[in-house]
Amino acid sequence: MKQWSYMGMLIFTLCGSGWLEIVLKTGVLRRIKRAALSILPISTLFLIWDAYAISKGHWFFDREQMLGIVGPLNIPLEEYLFFIVVPLAAILTIEGVTTVKPHWRKGEFGE
Amino acid sequence: MIYSDIAIAAFGVAVMVDLFVFKNSMLTRAAFWTSYAIILPFQLLTNWWLTSRNIVMYSPEAIIGVRICSAPVEDLLFGFALVLSVMGMWEFWGRRGMQRH
Repeated sequence: MKQWSYMGMLIFTLCGSGWLEIVLKTGVLRRIKRAALSILPISTLFLIWDAYAISKGHWFFDREQMLGIVGPLNIPLEEYLFFIVVPLAAILTIEGVTTVKPHWRKGEFGE
Repeated sequence: MIYSDIAIAAFGVAVMVDLFVFKNSMLTRAAFWTSYAIILPFQLLTNWWLTSRNIVMYSPEAIIGVRICSAPVEDLLFGFALVLSVMGMWEFWGRRGMQRH
């Protein structure tokens, strides 16, 4: 179980934000193209930073608390997923907020 | 304190881009700040998990050494930059008419 410690945090974040899609019908997953184009350019920048920081030892991981799958640039799988799951949670959150408070959509898209 | 430096830079760039590059600022909107107020406790909770259990560890030379809920204070700048820039991109594509609804 110990090797699921980091993955558990990601699953928690996915569940903690994913219910908004189901209960509030935020429709973010339906708009997957817009979500991907919002997340991937930013994730790429942060993963470059991650790769640099890992290579320089600014931060490091307890490999016993991770699944042990390491991707390109010596970045663990969990870190790659972090930069998909967390941004997705952020989009789900703001869409959840504007679903509950539709008048806050005023000003959206500059309208 | 190189993590501090990069985190401050990331925060600064994200704020500047939001205010001066994107035509529609997130930082002036109630929807953004309400979302961030929801996200922040979850960031503190998940960061606490990752750092207190030593899943992620930091070189003492990379950070200023101030910790909030066991995580380096720099993480707050990093998280803010990540959340702001992703929401800004989401808004940007919507403004361009992509999958608005």
